[in-house]
Amino acid sequence: MNRKNQKSELIASLVSTIWFVILLFPFLVMKVNVTGGKAVVIFRWSYLPVIAISIFVLSFLWRRALEWNQHRGDKTPVRTPLSGIRDFIITALRRKPIKLGVMALLLLIVLAYPYVLGMYHTNIMITALIYVMLALGLNIVVGLGGLLNLGYAAFFAVGAYTYGLLWKYAGPAFISAGIDTGWLFWIALPSAGVIAVIFGILLSLPVLRLRGDYLAIITLAFGEMFRMVLQNSGPVTGGATGISLIPRPWLFGIRLPPRQAATYIYYIAIILVIFTIFVVRRIEDSRVGRALEAMREDEVACEAMGVDLVRNKMATFALGAFWAGIAGVLLAAQTTYINPDSFTLWESIMVLMAIVIGGTGSIPGAIGGALILKLLPEYFRPLAQYRMLIYGIAMIIIIIFKPDGLIPRNRKRYTFVEKSASDSVPGVQK
Amino acid sequence: MDYFIKLLLSGTAKGSIYALIALGYTMVYGIVKLINFAHGEVYMIGGFTALIVGGFLSTLGMSIPVVLLFSILASIIYSSAFGFTIERLAYRPLRNKSRLSALISAIGISMILQNFIMLAQTEKYLPFPSYLPDLPFLQPVREYINSTQFIILITTSFIMIILTIIIKFTRIGKAMRATSQDKQMAQLVGVNINQVISVTFVIGSSLAAIGGVLICSYMGQINYYIGFVAGIKAFVAAVLGGIGSIPGAVLGSFILGWTESLGTGFISSDYEDAYAFIILILILILKPDGILGKNQKQKV
Repeated sequence: MNRKNQKSELIASLVSTIWFVILLFPFLVMKVNVTGGKAVVIFRWSYLPVIAISIFVLSFLWRRALEWNQHRGDKTPVRTPLSGIRDFIITALRRKPIKLGVMALLLLIVLAYPYVLGMYHTNIMITALIYVMLALGLNIVVGLGGLLNLGYAAFFAVGAYTYGLLWKYAGPAFISAGIDTGWLFWIALPSAGVIAVIFGILLSLPVLRLRGDYLAIITLAFGEMFRMVLQNSGPVTGGATGISLIPRPWLFGIRLPPRQAATYIYYIAIILVIFTIFVVRRIEDSRVGRALEAMREDEVACEAMGVDLVRNKMATFALGAFWAGIAGVLLAAQTTYINPDSFTLWESIMVLMAIVIGGTGSIPGAIGGALILKLLPEYFRPLAQYRMLIYGIAMIIIIIFKPDGLIPRNRKRYTFVEKSASDSVPGVQK
Repeated sequence: MDYFIKLLLSGTAKGSIYALIALGYTMVYGIVKLINFAHGEVYMIGGFTALIVGGFLSTLGMSIPVVLLFSILASIIYSSAFGFTIERLAYRPLRNKSRLSALISAIGISMILQNFIMLAQTEKYLPFPSYLPDLPFLQPVREYINSTQFIILITTSFIMIILTIIIKFTRIGKAMRATSQDKQMAQLVGVNINQVISVTFVIGSSLAAIGGVLICSYMGQINYYIGFVAGIKAFVAAVLGGIGSIPGAVLGSFILGWTESLGTGFISSDYEDAYAFIILILILILKPDGILGKNQKQKV
């Protein structure tokens, strides 16, 4: 960097410092206190130098980072020891025995998790796994189908309330008949999936004609209305207080103490997540999946190719809703308590953030995004009240520097591979 | 009948405040096709600026009209500055990227601003002093409309007229309309896109600031969270009228205000927020592009 550049850098940082100091002055330095009906303003002058210096440094770093981000793609990659290691790992992973070994190791870590880290971390992980399922489900709707759904939490609520209401109304009958109430979970799990699918199809009917942001706002409206109905139909759903003392699933009729129950739910969640990943991957490669992708890219062209848009949109909502329903049952079983406040618009937004941060449409992205979004705030807890602020800042930094997400979707490309000199066979390359 | 008129008038006052916020949504959407989730937060910032500046000036012992004038002015300036800065920092780097990324960025900004105000000021509800004067000539019709509602109505209509003039007859208004129709083409004929977008954010944020001061005086309290709910409501209003359409946003806001006030008055107040959504769903099912939205034919 030459002298002139340095000087202009300095001036730019100074200008943004002055701008931000003026911008933040009334909020950071001044503070209103209302005592006895009269507003009193106190000044916190000691904050001023701290703000000024930190903004100066941050604005310098921010511009450097933006510049670096812009030129990132320009240069040919420089071979550093680190990139050598990365290449080595990537080539090693392509080989089957090593791949299997890594998978086995991963499985071992996942299985040993509750025993090594204890109940607190297991419970956090269960919540994160529930989010992974939600993200994978929403990923079908938003990532594959391209339909922005902001009312996804409603399906989550459908699942949780299926289990909750089943417990509330069928539980006493089970107890008086002498049947283990632990079975309720296993009844609720498939029925929540089915009921959520029915809700998904019902929701898709009125919104078939809508596109883009209109779809987003109408799903938001449905989601919020569903929550309000739950909140205001007290006699049936318990209203704002919700349903409590929902039984945890029991293992073959044995009532587990909370610690083992958490481990058990953790394993159920792991199995369900693996099942979800398996199914979602199969969907992506199936006829329906390809039709959904075509629909996302261009509805008119897609229809012209003979894809039934109505059926596909319904399928998208139904598939997405299914996983939310299952995740809802898990949530009810883990927390043993549900109320409408767990299914607000923020919940839908969080799941959407998970898939966009991870990389829209990418399965590893959805998993990673959900884990980051759910685990980070938990481990930010020492930062107490600053945690949501830092969380928001982190979101913006990730999205600005990685607009396609952390693990962007690798689109399938079909290329011709020369098999021999005489004939060329089309091959698939991932 | 009296009751009905009363509800209708309070719905009109409510609707005109929604309109002030919805206009910012719809203008930004019309130009950058972004659902600006942080718009509600800009409105909250406007309210807080008025509270802080007003509180400071009244401790200096200034008279109420002076305090009112300066706090509204400060809140407009600060909200516009925030709108401008948000666009520069969080939206401009993402302008040519996927629209979902920009949406997430907007949500991030909304989280940051909410938590910033909560940490730097307070998490409690603060009483908002009523600087708005009590108009004596409204005494005879007192039971129908109070002076705050009257001032809200007058201010909003006045602002609508100014906004229409800006958009219809000025150079920058023409540039804004051109940009919203076709960004690339506008650039080709010499419109400075960056400037137009910044101006849009500034105008939208100033309207939100005025809305913030008015609604806080009307409600008598303020909190860091007020922006979120108001933002969603205003967004509903903008979509009702057809997002991107300016008269649509105003019409949508009034429909929303009337529905809410008649619904809570005649049916039940348990579902206050639900009426907005019910009317939205009904209208969008009948007219998928909103009331005044252009029926966009799909082209291939």
